Amino acid sequence: MEYKDYYDILGLKKEASQDEIKRAYRSLARKYHPDVSKEDEAETKFKEVGEAYEVLKDPEKREAYDQLGSNWQGGQDGFQPPPDWEQNFDFGKGGYTQGNSQDYSSFFEDLFGGRHSGGGQYTNQGGQGRGFQSKGENVRAKIMIDLEDSLNGSQQSVKISSPEANAQGQVVNREKTLSIKIPKGIKEGQSIRLSKQGSPGYGGGEAGDLLIEVAFNTHPLYSIIEKDISLNVPVAPWEATLGGTIQVPTPDGKKVDMKVPPDSQHGRKLRLKGRGLPGKDAGDFYVVLQVMLPPSSDPKVKEYNEKMRDEIDFNPRSYFF
Amino acid sequence: MNTKITDIVVGSILEEGPTLNLAELCQSCQTPAEFIIRLVDQGVIAPVEGASTRQWQFHQSAQIRTYKALRLRQDLGINLSGIALSLELLDEIDTLKRELNQLRHFTETQFPD
Repeated sequence: MEYKDYYDILGLKKEASQDEIKRAYRSLARKYHPDVSKEDEAETKFKEVGEAYEVLKDPEKREAYDQLGSNWQGGQDGFQPPPDWEQNFDFGKGGYTQGNSQDYSSFFEDLFGGRHSGGGQYTNQGGQGRGFQSKGENVRAKIMIDLEDSLNGSQQSVKISSPEANAQGQVVNREKTLSIKIPKGIKEGQSIRLSKQGSPGYGGGEAGDLLIEVAFNTHPLYSIIEKDISLNVPVAPWEATLGGTIQVPTPDGKKVDMKVPPDSQHGRKLRLKGRGLPGKDAGDFYVVLQVMLPPSSDPKVKEYNEKMRDEIDFNPRSYFF
Repeated sequence: MNTKITDIVVGSILEEGPTLNLAELCQSCQTPAEFIIRLVDQGVIAPVEGASTRQWQFHQSAQIRTYKALRLRQDLGINLSGIALSLELLDEIDTLKRELNQLRHFTETQFPD
């Protein structure tokens, strides 16, 4: 197993006082809390920090850990606790004071996790399911989907790891791959609820649910807000001024003819009702006009623009002065 | 570690599913009614209908918010008004990030060279 430097994890020196340890833990716990932080690694880091604090906050465990550290030769992966470990310190069963045992590393388990109690395994001390029936826990997961998945509905496989108690009451992290159906018209931030796909119930209770939160991958063309989809569409200055009909690719992969009204300024939004994300309250599809200028390196463009400058009375900044 | 592949499972969109009453919300979040009532008092979650606690009906998404509140309380020791403030600020950050992404996308596709 791999040695864990709990001081390093909390960003502390070995001489740190108990107060410093508490402060470092609190600030890191806030920083990496999975509900607060948007970092991908947040959950892992949060658990690491919690584990480090679990050991260092308790003077007895800290002392044990410190002794271990002095015998430790850096860079080794094949770490084993010293043979006299059990004689000097007995952490038979009370190693965990908070949280769920499956959140701790094997390093922690081997040292503090009560390996004397049950054939190298620990039992679930979460206090749930001793003799009474209760519903299993809900499991959360996240999934990234493409715009097309929500437009047409699709199938995706998700890997889910959820803690489950096996027949012996031991907690194992069970990984399963589910093939799930993405409901048509789902929008960013919504969750898909798969009933009874969470952790199994205790004492014959029914299984918890699986809640999968949906986020969208960035699309090269379209942007999505809630149920509305928008697309930037470049137009020539004369199309914007005179109006006309332009062809626009719609999110469903088709083309549509759109009428550009005369005198459309840059940024004008044209709406195609009900062509956004589908559903009961279907979203809209917005075309945002972008006036593009032809290059003045073309002599013809230069000529026409000079003519406009000289002959047309137009001051776009008249409201300034 | 076991790997198991099951058949395709069909889910429902949480936000559009049937609503939950107070007892159901308590059961699914494994928390006492008192905590839910205090969350409602703080404006962390709101029932979609129902004048009295007995008639309250919640969106299923209230579960997610309740979990978050429970975890913030347990993991960081935040009190209820602190939880309310944190969740509001987190929501605001989410909204701002979404808007920022939208604007970035907008300027990137505006000049697609």
